[in-house]
Order: sequence, then C-alpha cells, then structure tokens
Amino acid sequence: MQAKRTVFPNKILPYFLLLPQLAVTLIFFIWPALQAVKSSFEREDPFGFRTTFVWFENYRRLFIDPLYLSSVGKTAIFAFSVTLLSMSLSLILAVAVNRVLRTNRLYTTLLVWPYAVAPVVVGILWWFMFNPNIGIAPYLLRGLGISWNHRVDGVDAMILVIIAASWKQISYNFLFFVAGLQSVPNSLIEAAAIDGAGPFKRFWTIVFPLLAPTTFFLLIVNINYAMFDTFGIIDATTQGGPAQATNTLVYKVYSDGFIGLNIGSSSAQSVVLMIIVIALTAIQFRYVERRIQY
Amino acid sequence: MIENRPFLAFLTHLVLIVGVVVVAFPVYLAFIASTHGSGDFMRGLVPLLPGPHMIENYSYMFNVGLSTAGAPPLSIMLLNSLVMAISIAVGKIIISILSAYAIVYFKFPFRLLAFWTIFITLMLPVEVRIIPTFKVVSDLGMLNSYPGLIIPLIASATATFLFRQFFLTVPDELMEAARVDGAGPLKFFRDILLPLSRTNIAALFVILFIYGWVQYLWPLLVTTDSKYYTVVMGIKRLAATADAEPQWNFVMAAVMLAMLPPVLVVILMQRLFVKGLVETEK
Repeated sequence: MQAKRTVFPNKILPYFLLLPQLAVTLIFFIWPALQAVKSSFEREDPFGFRTTFVWFENYRRLFIDPLYLSSVGKTAIFAFSVTLLSMSLSLILAVAVNRVLRTNRLYTTLLVWPYAVAPVVVGILWWFMFNPNIGIAPYLLRGLGISWNHRVDGVDAMILVIIAASWKQISYNFLFFVAGLQSVPNSLIEAAAIDGAGPFKRFWTIVFPLLAPTTFFLLIVNINYAMFDTFGIIDATTQGGPAQATNTLVYKVYSDGFIGLNIGSSSAQSVVLMIIVIALTAIQFRYVERRIQY
Repeated sequence: MIENRPFLAFLTHLVLIVGVVVVAFPVYLAFIASTHGSGDFMRGLVPLLPGPHMIENYSYMFNVGLSTAGAPPLSIMLLNSLVMAISIAVGKIIISILSAYAIVYFKFPFRLLAFWTIFITLMLPVEVRIIPTFKVVSDLGMLNSYPGLIIPLIASATATFLFRQFFLTVPDELMEAARVDGAGPLKFFRDILLPLSRTNIAALFVILFIYGWVQYLWPLLVTTDSKYYTVVMGIKRLAATADAEPQWNFVMAAVMLAMLPPVLVVILMQRLFVKGLVETEK
C-alpha cells in the first residue's frame, strides 16, 4: 500500500494517532459483528437461562422458512424497482440539465435538496400523500376508478415504499449522472452532429455508452441503498406489512430480533446480510476502481 | 448547444419543471397541512392552499409539543439533533484525519492491518448488527446519553480514505522542507497539513452533518428517555399517534422544522456539498 517516499521516523506516535479510530471500530463494529456470528450458531431457551451450540441449525431453519424466503423475494423486487425507477428518472433529468446553459445551477439546486431529508421523514411525507382517508393520491385514483389502500393491499404497500424510496434517491443519482455527462468530450458529440446524427441518436450511440462507468457505479450504490438505507422509510409507512408484504431483509432483522426477541434467527439473518454487503463492497471496489477506459 | 431546435429546448425545460414540481410536491403538501387547524383533516381531502394557523402550530410544537404522543417539545429534540449531528461530523473528521495521517506519513508494523480494520467498517452498517451493538452500548452503560448516541457512529472508512487520497497528492517536498527546518510530525500536521486540508474538511463536514442529522435506527435503539430524543425519531412517534387522532397540522409542522436545517445546509453550501458527495464516494 502506498505511503510517502520519506516518512517520519517515529515508531510509537502512529499508534496513538490510530488509537481513537481503531478503538471505536473494534468496540462498536468488529466485536458486535463477531457476537452476531457467534450467536447465529446458538439457540437460547425461551427464558434465556441456557444457550446451546447448534451448528447451522439457525441457518437451516432460516432457509426453509417460507416467511424468510418471501422476504428475500420482496427485497429483490423492492431493490430492483427502486434502482430502475430512480436511476431512469435521474438520468432524464441529468440529460435535461446538461442541455440548458444559463439556468442549470438553479435547476440543480431545486433537484438536489431531497438528499438531506431523513428516510423516516420521506416515509411520513408519502404516507400522508397516500393516506387512504384524506390523502390526495387515493382521492385522485378514486377518480380513475382505482381503490387504494396500502393498509390492506400488499401490492399497494409495495408501490408506496418503492415510490418513496426512489424519490429520496433521485438527487444522489442526478448529481453523479451530471458529473458523468460533463466528462463526455464535446468533440465526439460535435463530430457525430456533423455526420448527421440527431440528438437522440447521439445520446444512445455516444453519450450513454460513455456513461457506463457511472451507471455501473450507481447500480451498485442503489442496490446497497435500497437494501440497507430504507429502514426508516419502511418503518414510517408500512412497518413491513400488510401481511409481510414489504418486510425487507433489514426490516426483518430488526423486527425478529428487537421486537420478536428471536436472537438466534435474527443473528443468522444478520450474518447473511453481512455477506451480501461484503459482496457488494467487493464488487464496487474491484470493478469501479478500475474504471472502464476508452 | 450544437444545433438550435426550439422544440427540444422547450421539451428540456418542460422535463425539468415537471421534475422540480414532482420533487417538491410532497413537501408542499406537508407545508400546507402545517398551516391549518386540526379540524381541517376530518373531511375527505387534505387542503391544498395555505390556512391561517401557521404561526400558532409552529410555536405550539416548538415550545410545548404533543405530550399525548410522549414526545417533548421540538426545541429540545432539535437541540439534541444539532448536538448529535455536529458531534458526529466533528468526531468523524478528527479521528479520520489522524488515522489517515498515521497511515500515509509513517511506516510501522501492522500498518496494513490497521488500514484493513478501518476498511471493514464499510461492510458493517448498523442495520446488520443491531442487537449485538445495542448490547455492547448497554453493557457500557451508554444508553440514554449523548456519548451513546454519538461515539458508536463516529468510525468512518470513507472519511479516512478521502484524507488518505488527499494526503497522497500533497507534494513530498513540503514534508522534506519542514523536516529540514526542524519541524516534528505534530508541528508539520498542525501548521502545514491541516491548513491545506481546509476545503476537504469543510466539504466532509457538510456531508457528515447530514449523515448525523438523518440517523433514525440508532437513536431509536439507544434512547428511551424523551430527554434524549432526536427530532427525526421523535417525529415517528408523533406520526404514529396522528393516525388515530388526526393532528396532521402539528405533525407536519414538526416535519418541516426537522427538514429545514439539513436542507438549508445543502442549498446554502451546494458547492461544498457536491464536492463532498462526489469525492467521498470515489
């Protein structure tokens, strides 16, 4: 790993400099993670008096549990839809901002602020809009002959959390797409225009392929976001319901462990999630660092 | 612009205006709701134009709060959020800049191990280790306290990477010159490296302030005493009761006040915000 050509000769000082960061990491990150791994192999009796080592029993039960498998499916649908919806809307907006000259700073300001809204507040805002009694969205949908009730209808609930989660992520994707678009060389676009390619053809044959590194990076970040950072949105809108319809993997770890107090199963779920995060981070660092070059 | 196509220019602005409206609409509705009296939410549809009760709703929530929901006045919760967000941002910056300095400017045994230990925090978000982390904090007696809210969240791999990346671009000659002039590592850090990092620190502060402000799961786990509620988690409690007895005007006044500080930070410091966001993710 890289360091300076010449370094300070001190041998003890660097350890003191690293101490605070390493202490926090060990106590609040690594130790709890090891505990989660340990208790994922254990089972507590109902009164918490005795724990027995049960090997992979928690995992075995987890992977034959229809509720868990359905949660895996729901999470996949949720993550896929949020990623697709949010990235496509942001790309359209980013391309549009990239075309305007004088007003682009104003539009950017008006589009990026949702980044600062807390997920749970996002949940409340959309919950209010879709409130079956007084919300504006169900009122308009009734006019179209569609009845909306995310409290009883699982599909409605899923649509609600997807919309809310996508709304929050638009600003982030937008900023990265704008940065990506600005690095596309103008000479290429001008050359294509001289050859007679219209704006749409230029976008699909030149700009979009050149955006591939940005798109790939955002793909990973968005999947990560949808899986792990949407706890607040789900807690504020559906709490995993109705009938587990929006119970994503992260929400299930919380509800099984913290509310249901099923430590063994919750720990096994935590470990599965850790493996997923590790995989996503590895992909991100391995392939995003080595940017695709043209 | 390569060619002049009036229709396409029109379409571009149309797309952007629709985008801005869609993004702003939920907040507009919340603002409108926060300006009405409680009785306006009984009927079939939420009001769409401002009402006359704005000042009274906001000052009621700010000073009194909804005691039925078990939440303290917003002034207390906003203060807690401010303390938490600023401490997390400052704490993360301090411990990250120190560890990046150690990793870049010194050679010592276990340097690589230290780097990887910090790297691992990226892969262990709170969400995947809820119960054991709660247990550690509870064993240390840090439930219902500011340290409990703050310290477990201040380890940061991204901030360390950002500083490491930046330090690697600082010319080696600066350090050699400083050493020739007799400056030790601490003096070099304080008088040369720190002033050079000013923009990076500011950009990082903006991002980390927002990160600290929007925390929800962690305060929810470690605080049961309403004295330590942060505004983001307090709102959830308000909303939970608002569904039973419609007090949307108060809930939405709280929502607006909870959103305002971080959104203002983004708007007023847009340049730093964009720099911080794009660079921490590299």
